[in-house]
Amino acid sequence: MGSSMTRGDIENLATDFYGLLESFKHAPLYHISFEIFLVLAVIWLVVFRKPRPIEKKLTEKEKQDLIDEWQPEPLVPSVDPNHPALNVRVLDGIVGKTVEIDGKKSLNFATFNFLNFVGNQRIADKAIQAVQKYGVGSCGPRGFYGTIDIHLELEERLARFFQCEEGIIYSYGFSTIASIIPAYSKRNDILFVDEGVHYAIQKGVEASRSHVKWFRHNDINDLERLLAEQEVLDKKIPKKARSIRRFLIIEGLYVNYGDICPLPRMVELKYKYKYRIFMDESVSFGTIGQAGRGVTEYYGIDRQKIDLISSTLEYAAGSIGGFAVGSSFVVDHQRLSAQGYCFSASLPPLLAAAAIEALNIMEEDNTLLFETIMEKSKRLHKKLLSIKGYIISGDEISPLKHIRLTHAFNTIGRLEEIVQFAQTRDITITVARYLNDEHLLPEPSIRLILNVEMTDEELEFLCAVLQEALVKVTT
Amino acid sequence: MAKSNPHKTEKSLSNIGYTTPVAEHPSLDEVYEDTPFSEAFWTYLNYVLLNIFGWFRDLLRDARIENRKGSAENNPSGFVPLYQSYESFYTRNVYQRIADCFNRPIGSVPGGTLDLVERITEDYNWSFNFTGNKIKSINLGSYNYLGFADNSGQTADNVINSIKTGGIAVASTTQEFGTLTQHRKLESLLAEFLGTEDAITFGMGFATNALNIPSLVGKGCLILSDELNHTSLVLGSRLSSAVIKVYKHNDMNHLERLLRESIVSGQPRTHRPWRKILIIVEGVYSMEGSLCKLPELIELKKKYKAFLYLDEAHSIGAMGSRGRGVVDYWKCDVNDVDILMGTFTKSFAAAGGYIAGKKELIDHIRVTSHATAYATSMSPPVVEQIISVLNLLLDANEEHEGRQRITQLAWNTRYFRQRLRKMGFIVYGHPHSPVVPALLYSPSKIAAFNREMLKRGVAVVTVGFPATPLVLGRVRFCLSASHTKEMLDEVLKHAEEVGDLLNMRKSKLNPKRPFHETES
Repeated sequence: MGSSMTRGDIENLATDFYGLLESFKHAPLYHISFEIFLVLAVIWLVVFRKPRPIEKKLTEKEKQDLIDEWQPEPLVPSVDPNHPALNVRVLDGIVGKTVEIDGKKSLNFATFNFLNFVGNQRIADKAIQAVQKYGVGSCGPRGFYGTIDIHLELEERLARFFQCEEGIIYSYGFSTIASIIPAYSKRNDILFVDEGVHYAIQKGVEASRSHVKWFRHNDINDLERLLAEQEVLDKKIPKKARSIRRFLIIEGLYVNYGDICPLPRMVELKYKYKYRIFMDESVSFGTIGQAGRGVTEYYGIDRQKIDLISSTLEYAAGSIGGFAVGSSFVVDHQRLSAQGYCFSASLPPLLAAAAIEALNIMEEDNTLLFETIMEKSKRLHKKLLSIKGYIISGDEISPLKHIRLTHAFNTIGRLEEIVQFAQTRDITITVARYLNDEHLLPEPSIRLILNVEMTDEELEFLCAVLQEALVKVTT
Repeated sequence: MAKSNPHKTEKSLSNIGYTTPVAEHPSLDEVYEDTPFSEAFWTYLNYVLLNIFGWFRDLLRDARIENRKGSAENNPSGFVPLYQSYESFYTRNVYQRIADCFNRPIGSVPGGTLDLVERITEDYNWSFNFTGNKIKSINLGSYNYLGFADNSGQTADNVINSIKTGGIAVASTTQEFGTLTQHRKLESLLAEFLGTEDAITFGMGFATNALNIPSLVGKGCLILSDELNHTSLVLGSRLSSAVIKVYKHNDMNHLERLLRESIVSGQPRTHRPWRKILIIVEGVYSMEGSLCKLPELIELKKKYKAFLYLDEAHSIGAMGSRGRGVVDYWKCDVNDVDILMGTFTKSFAAAGGYIAGKKELIDHIRVTSHATAYATSMSPPVVEQIISVLNLLLDANEEHEGRQRITQLAWNTRYFRQRLRKMGFIVYGHPHSPVVPALLYSPSKIAAFNREMLKRGVAVVTVGFPATPLVLGRVRFCLSASHTKEMLDEVLKHAEEVGDLLNMRKSKLNPKRPFHETES
């Protein structure tokens, strides 16, 4: 097909071109200026803009080289063979009021055996009956045939003991509070936490991913300051603030310090600043209060005002596991959202039976047991204060006390020497062990724990040995 | 599968009598049949209807036309509501309807049969009352693989002795005064059983994962975790602050791709090389019934210099010709797995968890674990139960209880799975895993299957969303060495009835056949 242009074609072209020029004359000004602008932009892009350098992809060989060269660290770093955790004492027999070490019986001020239920005959009998009925393990989580009627009984008894609506039990003390906090507090919520809380609470707080505001240990003014600051922030974003939950996480009696929290003022502030209180009473369950109900009983505060009280069965109750009590509205939520409850096997029935019997003993004695332990704690405190050279921290009615040497002297090495010396005189005490990644690592100390069955003479003997040890260490 | 005549032996355990030898080399075919279209359709429709009804009922409750059941908050106003209302939408409107299928209390040993405490509800599952009766049923729900859950016999006697001589608890942490000679004995027996250098035990299986993964990996490390890993593994990984990447379930190609890409590109943003890479897998996955592909994992791990963490919660004791878990089953070298973890709740009928491996690893865990520093040590009677069971399992004599139970479980597994599949049920998982999920798909079938089987005297576990994907509700049978052939046959007959009632037997690979035709 030829493409020779005939004369008619050229004429058409010329006409079209002329028509184009004519249309330009008739076009409005903005149209023409816009067209000119576009043309200039195209010219600028083509001529002046530098091309962005394109990252060259790695070749297969380079990738393989990287893979071959990569060297991981060893799985675990080397460990000092002299670390105390690798050289623990291995014990035998019942670790109750006395413990047998190197063939000799020594008085035990080191284990959390406040009410001396370890080795109690009644509790052992009930546990044996439970083994004869249920076997040892429960073989399943609570949702799938792991709920045994004895668990339901224990939950009911705990709720009754604390005069609350409902109770819930966990199979491990550490996991109790560490599962409870993330079940309620989520990413957008705010937690006001005391700096001195124990490690399980710190892990629960970490797992919840909430905003954490730490306040100085037992310093109510610091807490008020933080609450006031938060209120100011809330006023700036009122709509969002209405969906942010706030919680106060405290302990009744602090394991790391031995002092009681200022609960009355905290409850007052609760109604002013609208937060909820979760209190962990691991140490104060069974040791503080006329009937052993903890810090709320000690202060005479209505337990309904505390949203959730969690505690452990491993200290005073002499069994294994943990629990929480509160109103049904609060506690029931954990049955579907607390990870340590839903995804873990339930407590072996023999341990639940032991805990029920421990509760029976506590309820029978009603006040005698608890008066005794509070009285002895006060006496021990007085006696310890009379030894010069030690700093005692802890409230006078607390059965758990921390002993430190005066500042310059207070090292773990010296405290270990004191512990070893005490062992030669048949007194068992321990240096408190912590991991290095605690939020606020407490200073080294010896943690003294009072057993309710210790006699006055034994307490005197303890103080005498501590005095001797002090002399030995500081000379 | 050869038919074997039951011959009663003179042993005291009357239900153990099958000595058909178990195949030595494992077969590798796991079949996951596609969801039939009709099932998916009806399941989605089911959920849509539930949602519509739920929304409508919530409207009625808000307008106070209907009574708000369940507890209400008694705190004064001004407080931010404790729960998001949409979080509890599912609980109120879907879960509550079938709440009687879960949390069933039992009143006996969770053995081959159990006594369920009967409960009735007068207000549609919002609250329950106990009638005082006990329903005896065959137990296919408890994790009792080797059948050691028992309240009499040698192990129970040992436990009772231990309570008399050792007390119930020690009330001190492992790093302070919580270590008894029994704990050390358990650890050395366990190391011998597994074939590792050393082992360490903890009081709770969940906590073993959650509290020890942070001491193995930290910032700057990479965790490659299987899609279907258990919550405790996920929690431990999150608490460790390492970077987590998830690969498709049992998909070794995806895992290899992730490994290559991760090593090449390094840490996010800074591109520094990773400090360590840890692959976390489970031996037997409890919802799928599948096995991990251990030989391929070990090969990958050696090729890319990663570390392998194997969680044998369900497989220890239950898999392998000597009961030593998936490592024994696949005949791999136990030294190739860096960290072996397991629990004592399932096959050992006790409570607690362990980690085993090289001595440096265990020493490191003794020093840095959260559990050794802050959690009380295991209860002595529970330790005694595990020691007794371990002694039985270490006994290599084929005639004795330990080996008999392992063989019985293996036989039960193959028998039950085979007949179930031949009857037309859609069954997931590995042919040799004692966890047998059969698909139900829709939430109403989940409830119906559960209740119908209970009426016929069989206690089963049925699960739906959120433990499984939305459409794949299932019933999960957990087999045990304490189930006899007669018990399994009875269960299968009932399953056939109920399966027909619910129109479940729709497998295309194995078209349904009646029970009596599926023998052999």
